[in-house]
Amino acid sequence: MRLSLLVALRSVLFGLPPAVLAAWVLARGRFPGRSLLDALVHLPLVMPPVVVGWLLLVTFGLRGPVGALLNDWFGVRLVFTTAGASLATAVMSFPLIVRAVRLSLDTVDPGLEAAARTLGAGPLDRFATVTLPLIAPGILSGAITAFAAGLGEFGAVITFASNIPGETQTLPLAIYAATQTPGGEATAARLAAISLALAVAGLLLAELAGRRLAAALGRLPR
Amino acid sequence: MLDVSVLHRFPGQGGFALEAAFSTPTPGVTAVFGPSGCGKSTLLSAIAGLLRPDGGRVALDGGVLLDTAARVFVPPERRRCGVVFQDARLFPHLSVETNLRYGARRAPGGAEGPGFEEVVSLLGIAPLLARRPGALSGGERQRVALGRALLCRPRLLLMDEPLAALDAPRRAEVLPFLARVRHRFRLPILYVTHALDEVDRLADHLVLMEAGRVLAADTVEALSGRTDLPLLAGRRDAGAALRCTVLGHDAGRGLTRLGFPGGTLLVPLRAEATAGDALRVRVRARDISVAVEEPRGVSVQNVLPAVIESLAPFRAHEAMLRLRLGETVLLCRVTADAVGRLSLRVGMPVWAMVKSAAFGPAGGNGDEGG
Repeated sequence: MRLSLLVALRSVLFGLPPAVLAAWVLARGRFPGRSLLDALVHLPLVMPPVVVGWLLLVTFGLRGPVGALLNDWFGVRLVFTTAGASLATAVMSFPLIVRAVRLSLDTVDPGLEAAARTLGAGPLDRFATVTLPLIAPGILSGAITAFAAGLGEFGAVITFASNIPGETQTLPLAIYAATQTPGGEATAARLAAISLALAVAGLLLAELAGRRLAAALGRLPR
Repeated sequence: MLDVSVLHRFPGQGGFALEAAFSTPTPGVTAVFGPSGCGKSTLLSAIAGLLRPDGGRVALDGGVLLDTAARVFVPPERRRCGVVFQDARLFPHLSVETNLRYGARRAPGGAEGPGFEEVVSLLGIAPLLARRPGALSGGERQRVALGRALLCRPRLLLMDEPLAALDAPRRAEVLPFLARVRHRFRLPILYVTHALDEVDRLADHLVLMEAGRVLAADTVEALSGRTDLPLLAGRRDAGAALRCTVLGHDAGRGLTRLGFPGGTLLVPLRAEATAGDALRVRVRARDISVAVEEPRGVSVQNVLPAVIESLAPFRAHEAMLRLRLGETVLLCRVTADAVGRLSLRVGMPVWAMVKSAAFGPAGGNGDEGG
């Protein structure tokens, strides 16, 4: 269970910055290939997770183009490791964060950014002082949803990182393993209960934190 | 001097085209006036740099902000144009004070401008500093937005219909603050509006726009006396704007005496003005009657000798007269029947009569909006 939390947490931490960037580019950018990027970002949502895991395996495996480089140059191996499980989870939850951030970006009035511009704020300054604080609730709720979903990622993890107890065996993998073992029903039930509790807690937390933050930003109760 | 020339075509079939050019002296308040959709806000965006026009040149006191021919485009964050938007656009996550200081903190070191305390007290926003914009009324928001723009040490203040989103009481609340700012800071101000009373109250110069083009640009007084601009002369509240000096009050009679080049006017008491103050009144064309003989025994307070300078048909059964009084020209709307009955003709001496009551309560001698 601690492993599951670690994997989910890492996946969110690593997935967050590129997801915010992708959401920003998709919401505000006007460039050729924008809908292609949009489709690419959403791919893990509509593809079977096993396929995502397999693609990762092909790319980041020891004989894959990226995996080979990582291994040769940095000695980093992703397949069949905790880091690999995190990567698979991050890829799967990426679209969830992007969607949440993009939704909140759409509620930010571009006029506010224009106003900041006339007051002398450059692009990074504007993003940090105006846009980012205003989309913080969206980022937070996206992160928590991704975290909760990451706890339950199965297909991509088992394909890419396998099911190694103590290394890549996350909660759902453990449940699966337990149901496959004779007499493992009790363990499976216990793990399922934990999983359910975590999921519900995550969703409640997301809702609560989102509201708190929105109120702090002076947008809710008028 | 502010020189503006902007050419911009919005994409799409029948796309709106802006083709506007004017020059106006600085400092001073220049109103950009015209009906909704005439392109005045677009013009303002181009001057602020928020819109990159297809072509054109914008220069302020010799400094070039935009010159498409020379490939110059100063980005808005370096133009130092303070902008007051119609919808205030305060940052909702920051307190009023942080909002006010946002621009000041980013202004270049050596830039001059009004101080924080001065602006806060001038706009009466000291009690609001700790609040969030969400907890402000529309009028308060607009005052804070004005303060924020003033505090970014602007070289030019751009106001995009700052009062248009407010109801009448809120407008009346904010307008005096705008007048104060105009009076206190010697800043070039470009003020976009479609309300003539705001022009009368605030502007020195007027840029008249229609359908993306500038029809005329001159002082408010000069344009108000022209009969060839239907956008002005065709209004219910059309009339000559006179720059007057307060000569004195007659509190007993409830009247204030105003002098203008060519005569004096008696208007309802304006206790807030002191002798020597300059103020502008608009003498509406529909409030003036003419008499061919010196009138006696009439209630009208202002009976001014004048000469008919021109006479033109106006709408179906009316005529627009231009009456000359010394240096001043008044516009006067009469029925065509009256022209015939009195045999009015150019060069004829007449008496122009204006009731004092026509000048209404202070500041309110213009109809709402338009």
